[in-house]
Amino acid sequence: MSTLLEVSDVTVSFDGFRAINNLSFHIGPAEMRAIIGPNGAGKTTFMDIVTGKTKPDKGRVIWGARRLSLLGLSEARIAREGIGRKFQKPTVFEDQSVQENLLMALKNRRGPLSVLFYRPMAAHLARVAALAEEIGLADQLQRKAGELSHGQKQWLEIGMLLAQEPKLLLVDEPAAGMTPAEREHTTNILVEAAKTRAVVVVEHDMEFVRRLGCKVTVLHEGSVLAEGSLDHVTADKEVIDVYLGR
Amino acid sequence: MQSAFQKRGASTVIFLTLLVAFTLLVTVLSEGMGIGVISTSFVKTLGKTLCLALVAISMDLVWGYAGILSLGHFAFFGLGGYMIGMWLMYERTREIVVSSLADAPIPPTAQEVSDAIANQIFGVVGSADFPLIWVFADSLLAQLMLVVLVPGVLAGVFGWLAFRSRVAGVYLSILTQAMTLALSLYLFQNDNGLRGNNGLSGLQNLPGLAEVSQALVSVWFLWGAALALGLGYLLAVWVVSGKFGSVLRGIRDDEARVRFLGYPVETYKLVLFTGTACMAGIAGALYYPQAGIINPAEMAPIASIYLAVWVAIGGRGRLYGAVIGAAFVSLVSSWFTGGQAPNVPLGVYTIKWVDWWLVVLGLSFVLVTLFAPKGIGGLFDLLERRTAPDRHGADLGPDQGALREKEASE
Repeated sequence: MSTLLEVSDVTVSFDGFRAINNLSFHIGPAEMRAIIGPNGAGKTTFMDIVTGKTKPDKGRVIWGARRLSLLGLSEARIAREGIGRKFQKPTVFEDQSVQENLLMALKNRRGPLSVLFYRPMAAHLARVAALAEEIGLADQLQRKAGELSHGQKQWLEIGMLLAQEPKLLLVDEPAAGMTPAEREHTTNILVEAAKTRAVVVVEHDMEFVRRLGCKVTVLHEGSVLAEGSLDHVTADKEVIDVYLGR
Repeated sequence: MQSAFQKRGASTVIFLTLLVAFTLLVTVLSEGMGIGVISTSFVKTLGKTLCLALVAISMDLVWGYAGILSLGHFAFFGLGGYMIGMWLMYERTREIVVSSLADAPIPPTAQEVSDAIANQIFGVVGSADFPLIWVFADSLLAQLMLVVLVPGVLAGVFGWLAFRSRVAGVYLSILTQAMTLALSLYLFQNDNGLRGNNGLSGLQNLPGLAEVSQALVSVWFLWGAALALGLGYLLAVWVVSGKFGSVLRGIRDDEARVRFLGYPVETYKLVLFTGTACMAGIAGALYYPQAGIINPAEMAPIASIYLAVWVAIGGRGRLYGAVIGAAFVSLVSSWFTGGQAPNVPLGVYTIKWVDWWLVVLGLSFVLVTLFAPKGIGGLFDLLERRTAPDRHGADLGPDQGALREKEASE
């Protein structure tokens, strides 16, 4: 199987504390992966490294068929390469309408000049409408994002991610604060997305991970503790120790 | 988005209509072209106010839309004024010199004319040579280009250094203020070629138009300023109404998120900072010929702070708010500080507005920031009943039993 993202031997320290310790991880082009781990296991730092927010002390992050190193690139450049990220707290632009949010995320040229002269074409508006349909916000297009409910904001953010047409989606706790029905919808969106691209989901909630039905990577103290199906890793003695406390 | 654009379209039409009506009304009432109800000096004050409104729009773009609190935009305004002032002063002095030398028995050489002009202009700072920066002063076209280029290049270099290092927020404000202070201190020096603290003067006399009365010139400048303001407003509306405006407001609200969408945030900031600096330069070039004099005190950091105060009081993030703020606050300021406001005797102490106005202005700035962050422009929202979404305490999800806000934030 070919590899889309390859992280090898990455180490990051903050003031002597090793947040990530010789971490290696790889994922294929159309694969769903869940990352679980206790607090402080390095899940968010891992995402920060891949998206360019944090520079590792050592190690390599290799991207795509062209084997591009992501380490020297800016966040914006990495995003344009096709890595989309959803934060734990829904971060949508509350002052702007759902449509404006989606249009901003829609894959297009990102330079100031092309954006200045950009006017939405019918095809773009149709794509936005289709996305809104997918995330269940079709009748909310003109509403300000700030007026949406918490769950709707989460979906809008997922919709913005899909609009970017990334090759890799990094999703941080997508189901936090959602009702069971909303969770199910979120699961469906993610499973659907993983058919055409790689999706990495960081999640605390085992029940949610079980529904995703994918390979699981367990992080602990900045490195991979176990990897495999959910049943496999939850049967692992070390994993049980870490989760239940020694 | 359609409706938002239409709303903005409506406010643009109203604004432009009011601007045209205002200009025509002042023209009809002026001494120069009308029935003479408004004095020439007041026509100039109104014309200058339009220029201040234009620089306020540039400030609103950079601060109200993109969240960059620049305390340097009045310095760009002043630089624009200096650039046009150099041509006005050179050309006007040349006319005087040529006419006075015309009676000489031997026609003066070009060198003699040049020396005489330099002597006239720089005698006050003890010099008689043209500094290098005056090399284009004899060309109106070149100086007009410099009106845009000098603020643009300064803002471009400064912005490139600052934004590239990801300086943002209050640190950027301090940095821009330091730039403004350094520039005004530099201009205060007598040997910098711009006449030190004397500044450039006599700018109200347009070369070649000596026989035209100031009453008429003041109306011309009013028109020019109104035209520039109208065009600047339209340009600003165009910039903020599309996706560019979306990105700018995104940068203001959550810079990191915009970055993760793939937009080169630093480039956007640089383009906006430089573009608005050019706009400020144009506003300054129209302002100072009406004021008649420009000196470094005009560019002191306090002027840029005033600019921020105008925009805040008028209402950040809406273009007409900036115009209202600049016009309202600057006109009220000049009324209070001009000694026209009656003193308030309190028995033991008499409130002299000339002394107390700054306190009132500062207080109203604080009060507006705390209690009416939308400024005067927010009053229009009240008329339209357009209010900010308030979801506090409501269910987070659409379903019964969805988590409440408090639980979700834990």
